[in-house]
Amino acid sequence: MSQPEFTVEDLKRILVEGAGADEGVDLDSDILDTDFESLGYESLALLETAGRIEREFGITLDDEVFIDNPTPRELVAAVNAKLPGSLAA
Amino acid sequence: MTARVVITGIGIAAPNGFGVEDYWAATRVGKSAIGRITRFDPTQYPARLAGEIRGFDARDHLPGRLIPQTDRMTQLALVATDSAFEDAGVKPGDIPEYDMGVVTASTAGGFEFGQNELQALWSKGSQHVSAYQSFAWFYAVNSGQISIRNGMRGHSAVVVSDQAGGLDAIAQARRQIRKGSKLICSGGVDASICPWGWVAQLANGRVSTSENTERAYLPFDADASGYVPGEGGALLILEDAEAARQRGAENVYGEIAGYGSTFDPRPGSGREPGLRRAIELALADADAEPSDIGVVFADAAGTPELDRVEAEALIEVFGAAGVPVTAPKTMTGRLYSGAAPVDVVTAVLAMREGLIPPTVNVSLSPEYDIDLVTAQPRTARVRNALVVARGYGGFNSAMVVRGTDR
Repeated sequence: MSQPEFTVEDLKRILVEGAGADEGVDLDSDILDTDFESLGYESLALLETAGRIEREFGITLDDEVFIDNPTPRELVAAVNAKLPGSLAA
Repeated sequence: MTARVVITGIGIAAPNGFGVEDYWAATRVGKSAIGRITRFDPTQYPARLAGEIRGFDARDHLPGRLIPQTDRMTQLALVATDSAFEDAGVKPGDIPEYDMGVVTASTAGGFEFGQNELQALWSKGSQHVSAYQSFAWFYAVNSGQISIRNGMRGHSAVVVSDQAGGLDAIAQARRQIRKGSKLICSGGVDASICPWGWVAQLANGRVSTSENTERAYLPFDADASGYVPGEGGALLILEDAEAARQRGAENVYGEIAGYGSTFDPRPGSGREPGLRRAIELALADADAEPSDIGVVFADAAGTPELDRVEAEALIEVFGAAGVPVTAPKTMTGRLYSGAAPVDVVTAVLAMREGLIPPTVNVSLSPEYDIDLVTAQPRTARVRNALVVARGYGGFNSAMVVRGTDR
């Protein structure tokens, strides 16, 4: 049985749906290690993004999830660790 | 010494014209934009006509980051503000950020955004409400977003007094400039032609239920039966006249010369409505006599009782048929907080061209002894214009706008 996985493509889609995209940033370039602030997303945009991830994947994220994981690479790992079937879950 | 405050930039989003040139080209010849609502299906509602802004797509004008966090009225306001800054020839950075401020008026807030989030709340649950609902709906959001987008960190405020608010905001902007601000962006934009906003508007009982676009909004006409709501408004760049001169401002449209506001007495008190006093206060503030005023832009409520109050106030101040009166808002519908800023724009453009735009579709009722400009525009040399605006619940405001010598 395949496990659900949260990918960086999911993250980009949810960012754009919830908060739009900054014209000065190419989300399709290598953004994995660029922090969210540099990508143009302030705290409210990240709050909206966290809410959308939570309801789409049926999980609960800590309030500090973006503070503890300020880049897409870290966030994707943190979300995946919460998914059912994950060793860390 | 009180500083003179002048209009140096205009941004306008009106149902019959987007931008100064389009708006004036339509207004000067009496081109109406009132039609059946297209933004939602109005069939089940008692009123079905509105002045809509057609063909506006915020994505053509605004960054992608702003779209999910803004209501339509804010999107219109931001685009109008961009136009006003461009018209004024000012860029963020030209003026120190704490010397620039924003004062807008709001009647409704971001109703369409709020409707969508409330629908998400009750159909799907609180997890589905946008984080941006925290501010996208509320009255001060246009001031906030204009301030953020343009780096204006000086005085920022919103006034909420229905249509009178459009003048109240400009007056507050003038006070801030007299206290030392160099530039204030001021005016108002409302846009709530969505089912929730529509029901809220219908609740005051003054919206026309006529389905005839030419007979629905007829201020000062014997057939007056209410008003048609519209969406849009205008944002103005206001500056200290001396500061504007020093920076070499190219467009000086006119001066905010006088302002007065009053509140109506308690209903049933038998005392006189406050409108006449507001007009007299504005004239006194402008150091103007009634004979100095070349045209009045009427509030034009479109209900017999309110039309009578306005006609009587004008007759008491100016004499019977003592001044040309017009209501170009018959072409757009009533724009709430956007109405009076649009009238201020129309006033300076009318003074510039020497042409008073018409009050379309109206035949003046013999009950009102005013000189209403109907059907055709009228040429006139005008040096001072009076703009009148009232708000639901007893607000009265009046403003004298003075043209500039060219």
